[in-house]
This record gives sequence, C-alpha cells and structure tokens, in this order.
Amino acid sequence: MIFSDLLEEAFSALTVNKVRSGLTILGIVIGIGSVIAMVAIGQGAQDSIQDSIKSIGSNLIMVRPGFQRGSGGVRSGRGSAQTLTQKDADSIAKEIPLAQSVAPEISRSYQVTAKSKNTNTRTIGTVALYSKIRNIEMETGSFISDQNVRSLSRVAVIGPTTALDLFGEGSNPIGNKIRINRIDFTIIGVTKAKGESGFGSSDDIIYLPISTAQRFLANDDYVSMISIQTENQEEMTMLQEQITELLLRRHNIGDPTLADFSVVNQADIVETASSIAKTFTILLASIAGISLIVGGIGIMNMMLTTVTERTREIGLRKAIGAQKRDISTQFLMESVILTFFGGLIGIILGAGISFAVEKLANISTNISLSSVFLAFCVSAVIGIVFGYYPAKRAAGFNPIEALRYE
Amino acid sequence: MITAKNITKIYKTGVIETHALRNVSFAVEEGEFVAIMGPSGSGKSTLMHIIGVLDNPTSGEYFLDGKNISKLSEKDLADIRKDKIGFVFQSFNLLPRATVLRNVMLPLVYANVDKEERRKIAEKALLDVGLSEDHWLHRSNEISGGQMQRVAIARALVNNPSLILADEPTGNLDTQTGEMVMKTFQQLNIKEKHTIVLITHDQNVANHAKRIIEIRDGVIQKDQKNKKQIIIK
Ligand SMILES: Nc1ncnc2c1ncn2[C@@H]1O[C@H](COP(=O)(O)OP(=O)(O)OP(=O)(O)O)[C@@H](O)[C@H]1O
Ligand SMILES: [Mg+2]
Repeated sequence: MIFSDLLEEAFSALTVNKVRSGLTILGIVIGIGSVIAMVAIGQGAQDSIQDSIKSIGSNLIMVRPGFQRGSGGVRSGRGSAQTLTQKDADSIAKEIPLAQSVAPEISRSYQVTAKSKNTNTRTIGTVALYSKIRNIEMETGSFISDQNVRSLSRVAVIGPTTALDLFGEGSNPIGNKIRINRIDFTIIGVTKAKGESGFGSSDDIIYLPISTAQRFLANDDYVSMISIQTENQEEMTMLQEQITELLLRRHNIGDPTLADFSVVNQADIVETASSIAKTFTILLASIAGISLIVGGIGIMNMMLTTVTERTREIGLRKAIGAQKRDISTQFLMESVILTFFGGLIGIILGAGISFAVEKLANISTNISLSSVFLAFCVSAVIGIVFGYYPAKRAAGFNPIEALRYE
Repeated sequence: MITAKNITKIYKTGVIETHALRNVSFAVEEGEFVAIMGPSGSGKSTLMHIIGVLDNPTSGEYFLDGKNISKLSEKDLADIRKDKIGFVFQSFNLLPRATVLRNVMLPLVYANVDKEERRKIAEKALLDVGLSEDHWLHRSNEISGGQMQRVAIARALVNNPSLILADEPTGNLDTQTGEMVMKTFQQLNIKEKHTIVLITHDQNVANHAKRIIEIRDGVIQKDQKNKKQIIIK
C-alpha cells in the first residue's frame, strides 16, 4: 500500500465521525497545549530570575560576615554578625590584584524624615565604586563620590521609591535635606528605577558615604558586606579562593569550615536560582504531561472502538488480499493523523496561552523552539504508542470471522 | 488446480456442533467452470470460503496449485487472496462509505497498481458487469441490491484472478442482467482460461457451467459433467 493511499483511507475513515475525531483531537490539543504553555511559563520564570540576579551586577563576589559554613552549631543570621571590618575590605583591595573593584557597605534600616514626611528605609553606606559594581544608574544628580567618602560629607543618594515617599511625585529632591538619626543629609542624587531584584527593593533605599555612616550612625567600622568585582568570568573562582585565604589569615582561622564569613560567587547564586526554576518548570511540565497521557488514552479508546466497529471492513480488506501490515499501518496512520493535528493545534493553543499570560498576568514567558519540536515528536509518539495496540488487534482478525461480525 | 481431501468443517457454538461439511473430496482442474448446487444450509458457502483460503477446514487437506494451504504463512495466504483469487460474497461485503469505483479499485490498492491504471481496470470491470457510469461515484450503500451484486462481481474481477469464486452471483439480478454476468464469466472461462466455481440455486444458471456438483447436508451427492452447457454468444 502506498503512502497516498494510506492517507486517503485514513482521512476518509476519520471524517466519517467528525465529532468523535474532533473530541479525540481535543484531548491531545489540551495535552500538548498545556505542556507548551507550562514550559513557556517555567522557562520565562527561569529567564527573568537570571536576569534579575544579573541586574545586581556581573562577575560579582560577595563577602558577608558570620556565616559559618559546614559547622553544625548555631549560626548567627547572615549579616548580623560583626566580623568584617573596613580594614578587611581595604586589604582585599590592596593585596589581591584580581579584585579590581572593591566596595564595602554597611546597611541598616532607619526612620528617615524629610520636612513633614517620614519613612522607614534601608540605608547603605558605601563607596563610589559601588555604583559601578552594582550597575546603579542615576536619574538625576550624582552618586556618592570618593571625595564624599574622604571628607565624611553628609550627603545622600536616594532611590526613586524613597524620593516618591518623601517628596511626592514630580518634585526634584536634589538639594533637599533628610534627617536620619538626628543628622541632616543633603540629597545629591536620585537613582533610576531598577525594579525588584529578588534581594529586596533597590528602589526604596538611601545611599550614604560609608565613612559618614560609620562615624555618625554606626559608631564603629564593621561592614555588612564587601562586594568585589573582577573583569573576567574565568578569574572568579581564583578570586574567590584568594579572598577566602586572605580573610582566614587576617582573622587567624586555620580551619576553613570555621570561617566567620562567607564568600559567595554570583554565578553560584544564578545557578541555584536557575536550578530551582528548572525544577519548577519540570514540575509544571509533568502536570501538563499527565493531561497529555490522558489525551493519548483517549486516542486508544477511540481507536479500539473504531476497530470494533469496522470489524467487517477489516475482514473484507483481508479477504481481498490486504496483508496484516496493510491493516495495522492503516489504523496506525489514523491515530498518528489525530495526534499530528492535535499536536499542531496544541502548539498554537499553547503559544496563545503563553501570549495571553504574558499580556494579562504580566509574567514573562518563553516558548523555546526545542519545546515545540519536542511536543511535536511527543504527539507523534503518542499516536504510535496508543494506536499500536488497536492496530495490532485489527490486523490479527481472521477474515471470515470478521466478515460475519455483527 | 484445486484438490480437496476429506474436508470436514464443524462449527461449534457453545455445546451445539454443526457439521457443515463431512468428508468432502473433489478436484477442479485449471480452466474448469463448476457450478455448486444444493439447498440452503447444505454447506456451499462454507466450502467456498475454504476454497478461497478465507477459512480453515476442521480436518482434511486442501491443496491449491499443489500447495498445502494449512502449511502456508498468513502472509502467503494474503498474497494468494490478492493475486490468484477473485471472491464474490453472497452478502456482497462492500465498503459502505466508499464509492462504487473505490470499492472496485480496492484490491488493486493492495496489489500496488498505480492510480491511473487502477481506474482504467476498474472502469472496464464495471462496464463488463453492466453497471453504467452514472452509478460509479455513488456510495456503495446508495445503490440497489442488484447493483451492489454487480459491484461485488466487478471487484472480484479487477485483479485478473486465475480462480474466480462466486457465491450466488446472480441471486439478486433479473434474468437479463443475470445473463450478462454469466456471459462475462463464460468469456473469462473460455477466452482467458480462468477457472470458475460458482454457487447457485438456479438450474438455468448452473447450466452455463461445464460441470455441476450437488451438495446436501455437507456431503457431495452428485458430481458430473454438464452435457447441456448453454453457451452465450
Ligand atoms: N459461523 C457459523 N457458526 C455456526 N454455524 C454455522 C456458521 N456458518 C454456517 N453455519 C452452519 O453451517 C451450515 C452450512 O452453512 P452454509 O452457510 O455453508 O450454507 P449454504 O449452503 O451456503 O446455505 P445458503 O444457500 O442458505 O447460503 C448451516 O447449517 C449453518 O447453520
Ligand atoms: Mg451460502
């Protein structure tokens, strides 16, 4: 039997009962459609998580105090311990050539007042390099300068949300004063909006010169974090090792597992977050996959019914010389055509759903070509797998018994 | 061409056993034209199905062209049905959703004949059985019983079978159309040396054959040459 005959036979058989074929296709459409949509949503989430982690800066290593890795004992909250000092930051910058930009920071929340309004906001005391490392762009004015740090200037750079909270919409806060802990700071800049980064808002924030913050607010020289940036991705691991080594030496700790600080590579964070997103994607896809299997069972159900209904036809075909193979390929063809169209429409539906989700729910989605290709193959395979048993059954009929079937 | 040795067919339905054929033995040479007669329920169709390798005897041996059918694989049997045998069923067995033309072309689909050729052969066969062109594109359940019968005959002829088996081929036809069909059979037999076995109740139809076998209760009663063979010109 040649291919075009197979197609012709299959189409004429499937169009006899259009409603039934349509419903069976619908099962596959829903299965494939939801797989495509779920994978697109998961992939989109993965992408946006990665983007937002990258938006906090690239090739970044962060040193935080008081996180004792590997020690089973009580461990103090990250950042709350006071084990890193300004001097640690200085020596990293001085002794490690790979550490091209080093920005220590102290962060703490304060009640901030401006004229009549007040708000509780995180303040970050840091240095000029911070804006470069953390990709901070200015809306107006300028960021903290080295000069500000050296001269303990009482200046502040605020985030757009803070600006809105304290000064209202449309006003220019530059030159205005805000009061933190009874000390007045003059606003010299407002940063551009960055959006949620997954690490707290970087829009509701106040940047101060680190020296000023240490002297007037904290009264000590401990730092909450040291961010270090390097030019090349390849140097990250080596830099991480060097920093760890240096700090262990400075803190007189012999056993690295007892370190009173933690050195986190940004790439690790990206990886961890991506792997969470990936798990999430797989979870979504497998739930959708179940509906695909249900669709496949629908195919099998319909094909078994068709085979029974067409017993006489099968008997006749065999009586006039059809081989077993001719019969089984004919029925297999029918189920593959069902899943083929189901897959095709399902892909369109899935794309439609992800588009709608992106537009209406504002969740970014990403339909990858590979998932479309995979869905297509899966639907074809479903056609073959679930069509195989009914086709096999049809091919096994004895011609004369089949012809007598009522 | 055909050799049947002690063929017995027993149908079992639950506890009831029906002996449709009992120890039937006979042979048909190539080029013969045999009519099988007998009352209803005497086992004619059963015998025909066995001759047409559609069914297996309960016991006994059946040779077609010297080959023991019970020893052949399913694939070989399908090939025999496709290449050697043209079968006209008593109940026609047409594909209801397909057109008349498609029904007649169906054996050629399995014989891998190309599409244009198929159509030509099918059209010729339909004309031979006297079915005019207006009916060709009707679905096969939209035509009369006699027309269905002729479609079934045309379908049996398209693969140019060396053995034509026809179960009551003229049962639903008027005398005139019946004559036409018999003429087609006779010409196939005389001019093209096809072997023909047909079942009939009608003595007149049987008289067109060269040999008549009478069967009763699954046993052959009479098997003799037809001295008064009618030849249609
Ligand atoms: N599938 C079957 N199951 C059980 N018994 C059957 C079956 N087919 C036929 N028989 C029985 O076998 C016997 C012979 O049947 P068969 O169909 O060969 O008769 P026939 O000579 O062709 O009759 P008719 O002239 O009415 O067509 C009958 O008694 C019938 O009841
Ligand atoms: Mg009969």
